Amino acid sequence: MITAERKPLDEILALVGDKKKVLVAGCDTCVAICLTGGEKEAEILASELRIKAEQDGREASIEHTAAIRQCEWEYLDMIADKVKDADIVVSMACGIGIQSMAEKFSPALVVPAVNTNMLGMPQEHALWLERCGACGDCVIGETAGICPVVRCSKSLMNGPCGGSHDGKCEVTTPEKEDIDCAWHLIWERLKAQGREELMYVNRPPKNWSKSSSGGPRKMVREEAKPV
Amino acid sequence: MTATEYKAGSNLEKILTEGKFAVTGECGPPKSADGSIIENKAGILKGFVDAVNITDNQTAVVRVCSMVSGYQAQQHGLEAIMQMTCRDRNRLAMQADILGASVLGIKNILCLTGDHMSFGNHPEAKGVHDLDAINLIKMYKDMRDEARFQCGEEMPVAPKLYIGCAENPFGDPFEFRALRLKKKVEAGADFMQTQCIFNIPKFKEWMKEVRAIGLHQEIKILAGLTPLKGVGAAKYMKNFVPGMDVPQEIVDRMSSVEKGPPAHAEGKKLAVEMIKEIAEIEGVAGVHLMAVEWEEAVPEIVEMAGLLPRPAVA
Amino acid sequence: MADADVKVPAAEGEAPEAADEAPKKPVDPNFEPEIIVFACHYCAYAAADLAGSMRLQYPTNIRMIKLPCTGKLEVIHLLKAIESGADGVYAAGCLEGECHYLKGNLWARKRVNHVKDLLAEVGIEPERVEMYNMSSAMGAKFAEVATEFTARIKQLGPNPVKREGVDVHAAAREALGGAAMPDDPAPSAATSEEGHAE
Repeated sequence: MITAERKPLDEILALVGDKKKVLVAGCDTCVAICLTGGEKEAEILASELRIKAEQDGREASIEHTAAIRQCEWEYLDMIADKVKDADIVVSMACGIGIQSMAEKFSPALVVPAVNTNMLGMPQEHALWLERCGACGDCVIGETAGICPVVRCSKSLMNGPCGGSHDGKCEVTTPEKEDIDCAWHLIWERLKAQGREELMYVNRPPKNWSKSSSGGPRKMVREEAKPV
Repeated sequence: MTATEYKAGSNLEKILTEGKFAVTGECGPPKSADGSIIENKAGILKGFVDAVNITDNQTAVVRVCSMVSGYQAQQHGLEAIMQMTCRDRNRLAMQADILGASVLGIKNILCLTGDHMSFGNHPEAKGVHDLDAINLIKMYKDMRDEARFQCGEEMPVAPKLYIGCAENPFGDPFEFRALRLKKKVEAGADFMQTQCIFNIPKFKEWMKEVRAIGLHQEIKILAGLTPLKGVGAAKYMKNFVPGMDVPQEIVDRMSSVEKGPPAHAEGKKLAVEMIKEIAEIEGVAGVHLMAVEWEEAVPEIVEMAGLLPRPAVA
Repeated sequence: MADADVKVPAAEGEAPEAADEAPKKPVDPNFEPEIIVFACHYCAYAAADLAGSMRLQYPTNIRMIKLPCTGKLEVIHLLKAIESGADGVYAAGCLEGECHYLKGNLWARKRVNHVKDLLAEVGIEPERVEMYNMSSAMGAKFAEVATEFTARIKQLGPNPVKREGVDVHAAAREALGGAAMPDDPAPSAATSEEGHAE
């Protein structure tokens, strides 16, 4: 799913500035599942903002709401009245939802309360790990179901590099935790599958024009377009 | 062998092709616009090594680019091995740079993945990694042998290159390492340098696997060595440098000697012993001395190891 | 029945230290904090009853709300209690390892810790919320906690976002919705220092 993390409160406060009527808008799909921006979290942020406004002696009317999915026009219709009443919308949705709101309600002010960070998988409850790079040209059929674009720190097509040690990447997380070497994992699983020969193939350079590097992408389903 | 049979005709290529034991050194460009540093380092190493690696933003720390420093080294009579990583440039820049290097007379190129940005002084930079080292080797080989750009277009004048790569005999997965070298050979690498070796028995094991698949006859293997200045350096390499295997005996040996000149002497002695042992291993075509910021140690080590004079080739 | 000598487990709210590095505010002797206690039915509320039966004195500043389990508490309940003006809020649950619903009190502790972080973000002293654990037999503990916490809040002073005319207890109950259980009728007469019946 798309995961996001709430921005530091200072950043949110800076974006809100001195706006009086604030609507905190949650989204009940991906960001709710990753416990960052659902209705629950929108209510919490609204409460925090009210406390802060009170602390600062600022007049403010801070409400919260949530859309079932902030990236769909029909669901945004359902919260349109609340948006119209607000001076600013603080959206807790992923970047897609925030932009959808900004577009639908343009020129209303819509600002992000979260940093959308990855296409992540809940490895266990409350732990998400990056899994997909949305590169537009998936190769994991040849890499034992492990993405070398985003799980390898250097996006190698022919890994591992010389920094792989004890199955771990030479890079650690900002918190100094180990990262698994994706190519080590690929090698181990290819062996388990009896497909080691895939490790010996010299894979050509990746076609990055299919990724966001090639420009913003578009997808159309002609057969499903309204008649 | 006539000049036309060489791929690039560099000093390094000739020595290795003639089956002579090669010695290469390493040189880090300065972290400023100081054009005099390379001249000094070249002065120290000239005559003691056959060619010198010029590093490319090593450990993701910005330095003068390797093309310019390599050109300077050659101006001062020391052949350069220009290093190129995949971290900082995309395929356009890497092709443009190799054409530029070739125009400047640089012939040896070492193709590397590159240390991750997070190790260096600009961790917020966007890592490029358009290609990996294997893609890079093949791209340069095709430019040289087929006069073709990576996109397939032809070029009238192909660069003359002697293509190298690096390999870590102690990286994991260990069982795959010899096979990874095979991939680089198939991609087109002519010579390779290993990361620095301290664990000779383990290196011998790796060479055994390399010989088992005949790679030593398809690519020239130079064993990497770093002389230790003291126990601090030994411990640092053991604990903080990714992929390094430093046996405890070496740390103990270095710690048994007093710091300063006694430790320097011991480090050089150890390096010489290692060179002699490594030179005996079948399939090792030379040694790559990485005495970074201790270039002064190289002349003495090379001499004590009995590797002087360096061969002069046509 | 007597449990006054029972040692308090380590996983308790610590005795309050100065909330920040600023010099201590002078304690206003007339400040009577309004404190909300979310007490679990199985242990803490029973301990409160017991304290009453034992005629133990504890401050009337505390107003209790009974829950089936402290695990029922969500972050928003604690936050809203502060937002509505409670000077202090604490959750009182079973001893760790003895929660009637197995892990409810562990979840409560996690959430209390999270709320402390949120309060710090908005400039409210994290010490205004706390988690305590006790068994139903620990009447003395209940009284001790109530006394200690009230003293802590007196030291901190009034909630900076307190407003006139807000019924803090009612607001906290309302925030809980259906989760709050009705108060037991006629609680055992707990007396304050001034001798007022609860």
